[in-house]
Amino acid sequence: MIHSLFLVNASGDIFLEKHWKSVVSRSVCDYFFEAQERATEPENVPPVIPTPHHYLISVLRHRIYFVAVIQSEVPPLFVIEFLHRVVDTFQDYFGVCTEAAIKDNVVVVYELLEEMLDNGFPLATESNILKELIKPPTILRTMVNTITGLTNVGEQLPTGQLSVVPWRRTGVKYTNNEAYFDVVEEIDAIIDKSGSTITAEIQGVIDACVKLTGMPDLTLSFMNPRLLDDVSFHPCVRFKRWEAERILSFIPPDGNFRLLSYHVSSQNLVAIPVYVKHNITFREGSSQGRFDLTLGPKQTMGKAVESVLVSSQLPRGVLNANLNPSQGTYTFDPVTKLLSWDVGKINPQKLPSLKGTMSLQAGASKPDENPTINIQFKIQQMAISGLKVNRLDMYGEKYKPFKGIKYMTKAGKFQVRT
Amino acid sequence: MQEWANQLCENRQFGSKMTDSKYFTTTKKGEIFELKAELNSDKKEKKKEAVKKVIASMTVGKDVSALFPDVVNCMQTDNLELKKLVYLYLMNYAKSQPDMAIMAVNTFVKDCEDPNPLIRALAVRTMGCIRVDKITEYLCEPLRKCLKDEDPYVRKTAAVCVAKLHDINAQLVEDQGFLDTLKDLISDSNPMVVANAVAALSEIAESHPNSNLLDLNPQTINKLLTALNECTEWGQIFILDCLANYTPRDDRESQSICERVTPRLSHANSAVVLSAVKVLMKFMEMLPKDLDYYGTLLKKLAPPLVTLLSAEPELQYVALRNINLIVQRRPEILKHEMKVFFVKYNDPIYVKLEKLDIMIRLASQANIAQVLAELKEYATEVDVDFVRKAVRAIGRCAIKVEQSAERCVSTLLDLIQTKVNYVVQEAIVVIKDIFRKYPNKYESVIATLCENLDSLDEPEARAAMIWIVGEYAERIDNADELLESFLEGFHDESTQVQLQLLTAIVKLFLKKPTETQELVQQVLSLATQDSDNPDLRDRGYIYWRLLSTDPVAAKEVVLAEKPLISEETDLIEPTLLEELICHIGTLASVYHKPPSAFVEGSRGVQHKRLPGSAGSGESVDSPDPASAAGVTEAPPAVIPSQGDLLGDLLNLDLTPPTATGPPPAPSSGMQLGAMDLLGGGLDSLLGGDIGGSAAMGAGFGAAPAAMPASFNAPVSGGLDDLFDLGGSVGMPMGAYSPPKTVWLPAMKAKGLEISGTFARRAGVIQMEMTLTNKAMSVMTDFAIQFNRNSFGLAPAGPLQVLTPLSPNQSIEVSLPLSTVGPVMKMEPLTNLQVAVKNNIDVFYFSCQYPISMLFVEDGKMERQVFLATWKDIPNDNESQFQIKDCHLNSDAASNKLQGSNVFTIAKRTVEGQDMLYQSTKLTNGIWVLAELRVQAGNPNYTVSLKCRAPEVSQCVFQSYEAMLKN
Repeated sequence: MIHSLFLVNASGDIFLEKHWKSVVSRSVCDYFFEAQERATEPENVPPVIPTPHHYLISVLRHRIYFVAVIQSEVPPLFVIEFLHRVVDTFQDYFGVCTEAAIKDNVVVVYELLEEMLDNGFPLATESNILKELIKPPTILRTMVNTITGLTNVGEQLPTGQLSVVPWRRTGVKYTNNEAYFDVVEEIDAIIDKSGSTITAEIQGVIDACVKLTGMPDLTLSFMNPRLLDDVSFHPCVRFKRWEAERILSFIPPDGNFRLLSYHVSSQNLVAIPVYVKHNITFREGSSQGRFDLTLGPKQTMGKAVESVLVSSQLPRGVLNANLNPSQGTYTFDPVTKLLSWDVGKINPQKLPSLKGTMSLQAGASKPDENPTINIQFKIQQMAISGLKVNRLDMYGEKYKPFKGIKYMTKAGKFQVRT
Repeated sequence: MQEWANQLCENRQFGSKMTDSKYFTTTKKGEIFELKAELNSDKKEKKKEAVKKVIASMTVGKDVSALFPDVVNCMQTDNLELKKLVYLYLMNYAKSQPDMAIMAVNTFVKDCEDPNPLIRALAVRTMGCIRVDKITEYLCEPLRKCLKDEDPYVRKTAAVCVAKLHDINAQLVEDQGFLDTLKDLISDSNPMVVANAVAALSEIAESHPNSNLLDLNPQTINKLLTALNECTEWGQIFILDCLANYTPRDDRESQSICERVTPRLSHANSAVVLSAVKVLMKFMEMLPKDLDYYGTLLKKLAPPLVTLLSAEPELQYVALRNINLIVQRRPEILKHEMKVFFVKYNDPIYVKLEKLDIMIRLASQANIAQVLAELKEYATEVDVDFVRKAVRAIGRCAIKVEQSAERCVSTLLDLIQTKVNYVVQEAIVVIKDIFRKYPNKYESVIATLCENLDSLDEPEARAAMIWIVGEYAERIDNADELLESFLEGFHDESTQVQLQLLTAIVKLFLKKPTETQELVQQVLSLATQDSDNPDLRDRGYIYWRLLSTDPVAAKEVVLAEKPLISEETDLIEPTLLEELICHIGTLASVYHKPPSAFVEGSRGVQHKRLPGSAGSGESVDSPDPASAAGVTEAPPAVIPSQGDLLGDLLNLDLTPPTATGPPPAPSSGMQLGAMDLLGGGLDSLLGGDIGGSAAMGAGFGAAPAAMPASFNAPVSGGLDDLFDLGGSVGMPMGAYSPPKTVWLPAMKAKGLEISGTFARRAGVIQMEMTLTNKAMSVMTDFAIQFNRNSFGLAPAGPLQVLTPLSPNQSIEVSLPLSTVGPVMKMEPLTNLQVAVKNNIDVFYFSCQYPISMLFVEDGKMERQVFLATWKDIPNDNESQFQIKDCHLNSDAASNKLQGSNVFTIAKRTVEGQDMLYQSTKLTNGIWVLAELRVQAGNPNYTVSLKCRAPEVSQCVFQSYEAMLKN
């Protein structure tokens, strides 16, 4: 099981360590530092690193490496999942997960880690339970505690830990009962030079914010549940009911949680909401290159494409770019060669374009690599897969809750090759 | 205290005072002293602040152990947070202050009786974390109570505590009977308790591989499956991993477990998903393939695996390593999902490389166009390692999917046109492999390749190019000029290139003798006279002698047809793959090594095997009658002659010799006798295909299957000359030969006694007999004849008893045998019925020859071919034997067997057990593959034999025993 945890910042300093069994010397991280040095980019550090006596399993989030040390055969996915859960918890508690935030709350962090693992076995990882055990710090509470001498550790046994619905605490009370669901879809796509789609898939999630009194039992049904053939559920969802009737039936956790995530693969038709016309050329023997990019909407069902951001890693030989955007602003970093163009909203009547020249090193040969264009965008009020919620019902409680459902489509890893 | 506050205000902005970072600021001298004072303060609040400061110092690695007694004093409190903080401190420092830690025991014992279950659990949990022997003694009673506590929260914490205690003092846990209590908890009513009990037992079992801790039976399985639905995600992982160790009784039980595990595939936690995949992959083996459910299950496995690939990159990496195993075992699951493995340009490099690997494994005729377009795209990326691997991948596709070869070649040509140096070099290396796979098909591209000759600076690319020039010398007009240009810097080249250049020029000479005489002389003298490299020198000498003695034979040898390279490279050995499938989701699956090979403290882990199928579906795999009857029907091969030996000798690998120990200089080798040198020593030294770059080894090609007999004499003569030794054909070599036994007693044959044995010398089977005349009269006119037999053995010449045999005289005769005689299956297989005639009468006797006589010299399989064949031969044909009381180590055994033409192809060491993978070929072309397990210190070996004609296994095993024990 998980032996120890080290938190390492971008400059390679260990700023926190926690041991759940015997103490492992921090020198074990030297192997990690070696790997870190070898990696060209911070994200290229391999997630599993063998050392003579231990294995180091790490995740990189918010520019912090969370390095777990294990000694015996442990499923690495278990460790990685747990580490991500730790990060999520920190974020949940402190708003952000940065070195400063962790240092500012080191005792809470320590208490949390102690509560999350016992002897390397996960103990309480549900945010609901943790929050009952250890109150998240707020400015107000810290003030009050300092004055009154109260603590931020709960005195009560967390009820959820033993019930059949461990994700929900009992005795929840709200004056305004509300349940909001966000259907968020991300399109991952690779578009080739000629504009045809190589792969396209949708990663969708339904995130919920449920603030309901008591023990509500919810059902959520879809207009087109057939879309969802590859789904991962929050443990609260009754799987049998879904199998039989394609209805989501669940007692929700209190607060924010991810109800389900789903995957619509390329076999189904995935609509591509934007197209790119590009012409990026270098001529042999010339120190100039042409850059010409035009964006346009397609298959958006009349919805506007907003918050468009185009970025591209230009070849190393490019010294500078002299471009002219028809809208928005662009920047080119001559060191990292990263071009980024903040387009904003696409107006179908007047398509945004970015045109101009790139200057190359004099005498250098034509660059070998073709830059890939990365596009980010958002489309409100639409789930690109066409998924639609039919109705949401509540049983088990008498009051009438306020219900809301929002749809949004975003670009995930949306890449256009040139 | 005042001072500290002042300092705080000085050092930090006031706004951050409320955060814990203030605990980091006290770094001045006397800090410990100050803390001590605060800890002993009367005010609760001050105490707590002080403990917090201590903890903060501890987390950043400062030594605050000196405060131990003061902190422990704060433990007796009703403030839960303070108590927890003190516990945190205790866990960290108790080890260094064991005597002090005893002070805390009383509080722990008291807390274990607290009415609040949270406190009871906390106390027992903390006590288990204090790794001090003295404390553990006091822990037993509270722990026993907590294991039976009414509150499940306490029970579940106590279950983990047993594992902790076991880690500190295993004996104590056993003596106190905690293991039994833990086993009882598997039947607990609360799923969380069950999950923790399973987790604790699994961890304990890891250090006790043979204990029957997790005794799984249908009842416990049922309980686990029930708990599976209700426990936390982490508990599900433990339970699923535990389930995977169970072997269902039959396919129905297997199916019902699969049905209950399948819903876990939709869990949000990827570790749960992968553990569920493991259980399903394993239990699926038991389902008959014609069952509808089997197909349904296969379909259900694909989506969750695809979903894993949209998770965080670290999760993707582990998932991809596992998918790599899954597609090798069951390619059908993901065959339509090629696109999800396409690389995104901002994937981390470790994800990119894994995706590429899986893309090639999934490549088939149906999707090859897409794959190639992608690979071509990748070849223009920025990362050099990735680009190289992409180019290699194109070559692997060409070799894997024949229909795509042409397209692959043209893609590679396009890439060569880019003139990017490393792309060109990589492309040339893979084109060479394509030529090996499809000879005489794509030679039109040679011209393009030659244009890039000058840009090649990596040895592998240079060697590949030289091989191509040599192989196709007759179609390249200026081949001599090209090779000559390489020759100029001969001594600066790496061994790989030198060897290849030597061979290529000899090939060229044999193809165009008139113009290239000078060139060949130049290279031979460079190789033999100016080089310090024994491999190069020996190869040079052999060519030289070969060319000067008999150019025709040289042509036969050097320009022999090469065996085709195998299709699928770097496949995992099937037994290892089976084991790894049982370990999906573990570190073993990430490293593709058996768990015992690298994880500390898990010595003696039992090897897991996939369960066999119980259904009828497997019948397609069973050997077809034709191959089973192969023993008798296989066409007998020509007598393996010395040509084979020579061929073997020439089958040099291009990788530098990695055989253990320094290669002996030729002079010392000579003392062994020429034949021995050729048969065993040199072969293993030079021919050892250890490097695994099998494809390159081809530069030289393997031995011709059989050399026309007419070549034998001059060739062997030449070799004898070469080494200047008079070693005759009759000299004994390494092959095992049993002692002589009496075949025909004098009583039955009117005074003629024949005792004899068989031996294999220099590739010829010899029947060695002692004829003794125990009668009163002289015997003359000896002749011999064999009945038809299993392997077509027949005398290759008349029985040479020239002088009459006087009474009481003995004569030794050696009769060479051929294997081209008539064939009839005998019982036992190696039985030989012989008729001997003399002037008195005709006598009949039968004898058995050891099957090792039939092991031919070119019985060494390529590694990849071996893997593929092993996989290909159905498991039904595998038989396992024990060899008892053998006291050789694995190397000695390997050498001994090699003497008898049992070739060790690979060796793997697993927890002190050596696994030798060996191949043997019989004279009639039957291959026998063997896995020999040798455990250091254990005189009993295990041999597993796989052969398409399983009848021979028994005989082969007997030979193994005989060879090893003599």
